[in-house]
Amino acid sequence: MKRTLITCVIAVVLFTAVFGLVYPLLFTGVSQVVFPGASNGSKIMRDGKLVGSKLIAQDFRKPVLGANGKPKMDEDGNPVMVADPRYFQPRPSQTTYSPSTTFFSNLGPNSTDAQAEVKANMDAYLALERRYDPTLTARGIPADAVTQSASGVDPDISKSNAAIQAHRIAAVRHLPMATVKKLIADHTDGRFLGIFGEPGVNVLQLNLALDGLGR
Amino acid sequence: MAQGWLQIAIFLLVVVALTPPLGIYMARVYRNESVFLTPVMAPVERLTYRAIGVDPSREQDWKSYARTLIVFSGLFFLALYLILRTQSIQPFNPAGFNSAPWDVSFNTASSFVTNTNWQYYGGETTLSDFSQMAGLTVQNFVSAAVGMAVVAALIRGIVNRTSKSLGNFWQDVTRTLFYILLPLSIVVAVLLVAGGVLQTIGHDVTAKTVEGADQLLAVGPVASQIAIKQLGTNGGGFFNVNSAMPFENASAFTNFIEVLAIILIPAALTYTFGRMVGRQRQGWAIFAAMLALFLVLVIVIVPAEQHGTVAQHAAGLHNGGNLEGKEVRNGIAQSGLWTVTTTTTSNGSVNSALDSYTGLGGMVPMAALGTSEVIFGGVGTGLYSMLVFVLLAVFIGGLMVGRTPEYLGKKIEAREIKLASLAALFTPLAILVTTALAIATKFGRASIFAKGPQGFSETLYAYLSQANNNGSAFAGYTGFVQPNAPGNGGSFGITFADLLGGGTMVAARFIPIILVLAIAGALAGKKVAPVGPGTMRTDNPTFVVLLVGVVVLVGALTFFPALLLGPIVQSLSTQLF
Repeated sequence: MKRTLITCVIAVVLFTAVFGLVYPLLFTGVSQVVFPGASNGSKIMRDGKLVGSKLIAQDFRKPVLGANGKPKMDEDGNPVMVADPRYFQPRPSQTTYSPSTTFFSNLGPNSTDAQAEVKANMDAYLALERRYDPTLTARGIPADAVTQSASGVDPDISKSNAAIQAHRIAAVRHLPMATVKKLIADHTDGRFLGIFGEPGVNVLQLNLALDGLGR
Repeated sequence: MAQGWLQIAIFLLVVVALTPPLGIYMARVYRNESVFLTPVMAPVERLTYRAIGVDPSREQDWKSYARTLIVFSGLFFLALYLILRTQSIQPFNPAGFNSAPWDVSFNTASSFVTNTNWQYYGGETTLSDFSQMAGLTVQNFVSAAVGMAVVAALIRGIVNRTSKSLGNFWQDVTRTLFYILLPLSIVVAVLLVAGGVLQTIGHDVTAKTVEGADQLLAVGPVASQIAIKQLGTNGGGFFNVNSAMPFENASAFTNFIEVLAIILIPAALTYTFGRMVGRQRQGWAIFAAMLALFLVLVIVIVPAEQHGTVAQHAAGLHNGGNLEGKEVRNGIAQSGLWTVTTTTTSNGSVNSALDSYTGLGGMVPMAALGTSEVIFGGVGTGLYSMLVFVLLAVFIGGLMVGRTPEYLGKKIEAREIKLASLAALFTPLAILVTTALAIATKFGRASIFAKGPQGFSETLYAYLSQANNNGSAFAGYTGFVQPNAPGNGGSFGITFADLLGGGTMVAARFIPIILVLAIAGALAGKKVAPVGPGTMRTDNPTFVVLLVGVVVLVGALTFFPALLLGPIVQSLSTQLF
């Protein structure tokens, strides 16, 4: 028994060193050299500054300004935010797009909170988009536009969601619809091998490309 | 929808295609034959034996094998608990996290040593890189290797005709680690990083977003951990939202690799089994029973999610299915496929929020867990649990045709059946008792998040998952409260949930393991009767149907009343709570 115990203690130390330190550290070193972009989080730089990650959605809302020119606050002391009409909007997020404190919404299938949340999101979506796309009705709203993603930082929206928002972007930025559609197509990731997963439009890259047009 | 079915069909074809080559490879590893990695790994293997001072050729009977396994796992439990409790003074802690409280640490140590990876904490807001690597990544390897060693021992018990030996524990664990898990992990980790998954060590970075706000990007050594988390059917994520997080599962490509990595080894082990017992059809018969049950679950979950939830319909949303808690790049088919794969295989990682599934869709993972993880199941655990059901099916079949039950020529007698019944019933019993305790006491109800039947579902799911060493969750269920991350000040555990869950995980892992090794010990050394015209065949469709029937009956009889109270009520009702 004593012999077994000693053997096990050595094994614990040895396996911890090999699989807990050597394996991940060595692999980190190799990844940093071979895949510097991906292994560091697919960062996007603009004008030499870190603007975000290709894989992580960010908030494209801006604070509402009060009469005094300062951001308006809600009763909890958080600034009231409104969608910035110049940009494509990502999916709603339960974490205000935080990639460092992730959690699920955990809204259940028959929860009154879930109903209220979806209803509010649908009203907001219609209020924002119907001005530019008069044919849009509640029944035409794509599910991804009004439900919270799993990660809270889903970088993609569905193609149909992007197509609806394109009307607004074209109008606000005075761009031809064809240009906007072309940009959407350029920033759509297809299925893997054309088979697996679903196509998604990368919102951050698309918005950066819009800004890149200078309008 | 058609596109969804096509994805799933092709995925399953890939699994079937990879099963024989990997199965043959693993059979060679467990028979101590040379494989293509031998020139590289043999020196490492020898060095390991010398360092820990064991003679790998020393044969162990079941008691000796079990004793070594328990001491080994017990010490690892202690080591992990100490690492978690001393986190604040360790290196690789750039965010300066405190150590987790004792109750959560107990739950987490139980969870990772038992291959469960139930997580009451959020990884990126609780654990340092050191804890993630030296604490958790190690366990992902070692607990998986322990499960695979047990199945190798059981197969030897079935095969051995003259000796009582089940092999050598150290040899099985070492060879599993260096010849199977490590090489496969490296391959998968490389593919994941190539596909965009993080692999770095250092401080989190702050980006200035387009709108001018600060966005803190939490980083870490993710890919190396995710590879083994999937391959070893562990499931514990680096991030709180697990493989829904793009840094952990970046694209449709990485999603495909990860879900394939989950099922790869459990599927291939059926082939290893056929090869080691010398009758390949026996392996395929078990594979077929597993696949049949798997298909039923997939066929239910995808349309259920496509339908959307009661709450969404009430809000007026009828377009595109239930995407609450799902990512666009995965969509409904890949989310549903992942959920079935992860819950049938004791993996427990998720790429979507199970708590937000439809009533019927959410019942699918519960049903998967209710079958005691025998549909492919965990690495090693799945096959040995299924073999327990095989013995029961052989016994029932024998009773029906009035013959002494035999499996692969060995008589199945009272001792084996008693042990097999205990092994098959222990986990379900543990689930029902713990769920009842958690629902009936105010200490247990403190963990519930949702109102109405969903609250019951969350509780049932928590103990289904922990007792089956799965680790997936209806994540509203709470055992650890953590206001605002940096330094995780003010955090506290919900002691009742932490202890009940931790105890359940440990008991439901090691008691069945001991029973299975005892069965192996009872079978080892038995004479093999020659196959005659009167032998009940265990490799034909009739037996597959019988086996599926036994699995479904045991699961349904045990859990149907509990399922009625949660997901079935939700599926049948349009009421909101």
